[in-house]
Amino acid sequence: MRYYLARRVLQALVVLVLVSLGGFTVLHLAPGGPAAIYAMSPTMSAEDMERLTHQLGLDQPLHLQYFKWAAGLATANWGRSYRDGRVVLEVITDRIPATVVLMLSAFSVAVLIGLATGIVSAVRQYSLFDHAMTLTAMIALSIPTFWLGLMGIYVFAELLRVLPPGNIGTIGAPFALGDRLRHLLLPASTLGVVMVATWSRYTRASMLEVIGEDYIRTALAKGVSRGAIVLKHALKNALIPLVTLAGLQLPLVFSGALVTETIFTWPGMGRLFVDSIGYRDYPVLMGILMFTAMLVVAGNLAADLVYAAIDPRVRHS
Amino acid sequence: MSARFTRHRPAVVSVTLIVLLGLGALFAGRLSPRDPVYIDLSHKFAAPFTKGHPLGADELGRDVLSRLLHAGRISLSVGLAAMVVTVVVGAVLGSIAGYVQGVVDTLVLRLTDAMLSFPPIFMLLVLAAFIRPSLASMTVIISVTSWMDVTRMVRGQILTLREREFVVGARALGATAARILVRHLFPNTVGIIAVAATLAVARAILLESYISFLGYGIQPPLASWGNMLNNAQSYFATAPWVAIFPGVMITLAVTSFNFVGDGLRDALDPRHARARA
Repeated sequence: MRYYLARRVLQALVVLVLVSLGGFTVLHLAPGGPAAIYAMSPTMSAEDMERLTHQLGLDQPLHLQYFKWAAGLATANWGRSYRDGRVVLEVITDRIPATVVLMLSAFSVAVLIGLATGIVSAVRQYSLFDHAMTLTAMIALSIPTFWLGLMGIYVFAELLRVLPPGNIGTIGAPFALGDRLRHLLLPASTLGVVMVATWSRYTRASMLEVIGEDYIRTALAKGVSRGAIVLKHALKNALIPLVTLAGLQLPLVFSGALVTETIFTWPGMGRLFVDSIGYRDYPVLMGILMFTAMLVVAGNLAADLVYAAIDPRVRHS
Repeated sequence: MSARFTRHRPAVVSVTLIVLLGLGALFAGRLSPRDPVYIDLSHKFAAPFTKGHPLGADELGRDVLSRLLHAGRISLSVGLAAMVVTVVVGAVLGSIAGYVQGVVDTLVLRLTDAMLSFPPIFMLLVLAAFIRPSLASMTVIISVTSWMDVTRMVRGQILTLREREFVVGARALGATAARILVRHLFPNTVGIIAVAATLAVARAILLESYISFLGYGIQPPLASWGNMLNNAQSYFATAPWVAIFPGVMITLAVTSFNFVGDGLRDALDPRHARARA
């Protein structure tokens, strides 16, 4: 276990270094490099520009610049936003709660529905329900999230007028839980659809695999009831590989959140990202890109370690 | 194998749909009732089946059906082109990593992990914002963010194949690494590459629609299914058809390619089919 742990942590560190290299490369790919925004200002003379380039350290060799940048990244010194001069890390953390609320609510509902439908699909393989779920899941995985959101707004906000078309709460109104939940319902469902489909498919596949094992046949032969077999014998083992799914799904969930937040004017990190592109706010863009990538690396590492802790077969292979 | 594919009914329906979409895109010029970029403000938001617009007109009075057909050209060609680049990059990296192993393998694997750590839309938007959008640049940036899955699939296949008798035999006869890869290993990966390719088309069409919708992809007046939805949200009350039809097209195309990939996978690996389908 200790060997597995060490190897897995080391791998994650290497990936983090590569991720930061990737981010650094992209930052310098930008037309004009990181100082481009100043060059656009009409009040900047060539001498000003030169001085600035020197001050920002952009005249140093690339590898030195990278080390400086990476050191800043590691010490929470992520620079300042071009837009309003605020500290990047602060700009990002301001937006985290809204994104977390959206992602967590979508995630928890998706896991519940996904597990339930996946189990039924596996137990009643080839039934009408199973076929319908397969079809639904495939379509759900193929629908563009932004369009699904648009259709949700059209039906529930425009035609039926039962739900608000966007924002995190009624503007100007004091905080009220009911109001917040009404605003959360559409965006969370939009984001959750793809997750339900994935969880349902994985649960089904995992259950089918376990149901085929010898010990399930033994339990059947001993006369254990079908319900007890499914819930106690099969489900317990089928859930283990699903631990890693949460980690694997994270990048897609972030992407989905970005699109969902844009459509529903939800004040989260994804929307901040889209706005920052409009302002060419590179420090914030890079900050969010690095922040999400680091979360993904950490999430995958955590999922793998939990997996190894509960399933000894993993760490010994 | 073809019989096994045709038994997968959704896949057969999907192939038909893809052929229809492809023909629609190919003959967009002839099938379109109007010029897709012709602006006619007197036809602004004409409802479906009025003023000669089978699927209505948009905010500038342009014919929605004509735009859908022409947009199909763009969206499908970006999808196919990105698939080719994705598959070539993925297959080359995957086979080298799987066959050479050692440091090269570790490096490719970690690079794959690193690229998979970036949420795809974030990565695409950053790249798209830096590069002037065109068909070629869209193809490239979609491929840059999509090759990882193919690399992993091909690498896995090569790893299981490289110790098989026919490869060991070829090596014993003195075949070079390049010859073994090209003559012996590659032909055996064609199956999974076909699966990966169809799934890559689906992914590319979807990603193109996301960036074009957000305004950083294909630029108007050129229509793509994604950018036709750009302002759709503001016209819900007056012209819902502007928002509905492009989304239906994207969903149809992406679902079809996904189902074909699924059917191919089942046909290639019956064991897999029994466990899943």
